[in-house]
Amino acid sequence: MAYSEPEPPPTQVKILIAGGFGVGKTTFVGAVSEIEPLSTEELITEASAGIDHLGGVEEKATTTVALDFGRITIEQHGIVLYLFGTPGQRRFWFLWNELSAGALGAIVLADTRRLEDCFEAVDFFESRGTRFLVAVNEFDDAFRYVPDEVRGALGLGPQVPIVLCDARDRSSAISALKALILHLLAAAPSASA
Amino acid sequence: MTAGDDDFWLDEDAGPLIRPYTVTAGRTRPTVDLDLLSLVVATDRLPPAMDPEHAKALALCRAPTSVAEVAAHLRLPVMVTKIVLSDLVDRRAMTTHAAHSATDPTDRALLEKLLDGLQRA
Repeated sequence: MAYSEPEPPPTQVKILIAGGFGVGKTTFVGAVSEIEPLSTEELITEASAGIDHLGGVEEKATTTVALDFGRITIEQHGIVLYLFGTPGQRRFWFLWNELSAGALGAIVLADTRRLEDCFEAVDFFESRGTRFLVAVNEFDDAFRYVPDEVRGALGLGPQVPIVLCDARDRSSAISALKALILHLLAAAPSASA
Repeated sequence: MTAGDDDFWLDEDAGPLIRPYTVTAGRTRPTVDLDLLSLVVATDRLPPAMDPEHAKALALCRAPTSVAEVAAHLRLPVMVTKIVLSDLVDRRAMTTHAAHSATDPTDRALLEKLLDGLQRA
């Protein structure tokens, strides 16, 4: 019976996909996930939303924020990679605290038409010491910048990789994930050292 | 309500028909410590009385399933889902399943396995 044979639990790893609203997080997660892109919501009360002051509204407001969720099973190594995508704005940082705990790293998706939308996600990961890269989602009608222009605009140090990607395209999104793992590997102390 | 003919909210525009915390009878904290990647699995014990959400959660968790995935399928906020799941754990209809999370971003062996897996993906 399938139920009576306990399988060794897989190793779970977590990678985060951050960025502003509409930058392509849901698309990115959906492109690489083996399960249908799932989306849930997390409740935000006004108290935790902090800076979103609702002037004149005395009642405590509850809103929700989307949380995208995807999964890639790497069967041959017994690893399940979970991807979580959610907006990176400061008022959602309470949610990022749980999400980023134990995460291996993060991809910050950027839209060159609204680069400023990813400032706060960059700030968050820099302040937590979470390693990340910036993936510029190449929207069809956006002006194409070279990575160094994006680096300058975001004030990123030379250690943060910048890649171009098309979040709709599975192999392009997988390449961004691989670039993140390579970035982590480059920073990891080598076994022979 | 004073909404005019043009102001009807239909379907999803009207918001959830059941306010999220109605499902949890007003509780806002789960009794079992669960995070998004905690795995839960149904036991073969059925609680005597169940809300529809509890029954749906049980049906989703015949194999070990992450809290995040259950939340997405139930279309309930994560915190509400955690409360529903912890109810089921309290009633022994569900157990948390041992999961091993790898959290060290400098673990070369892990990173190399990930890279290898992604290359074949």
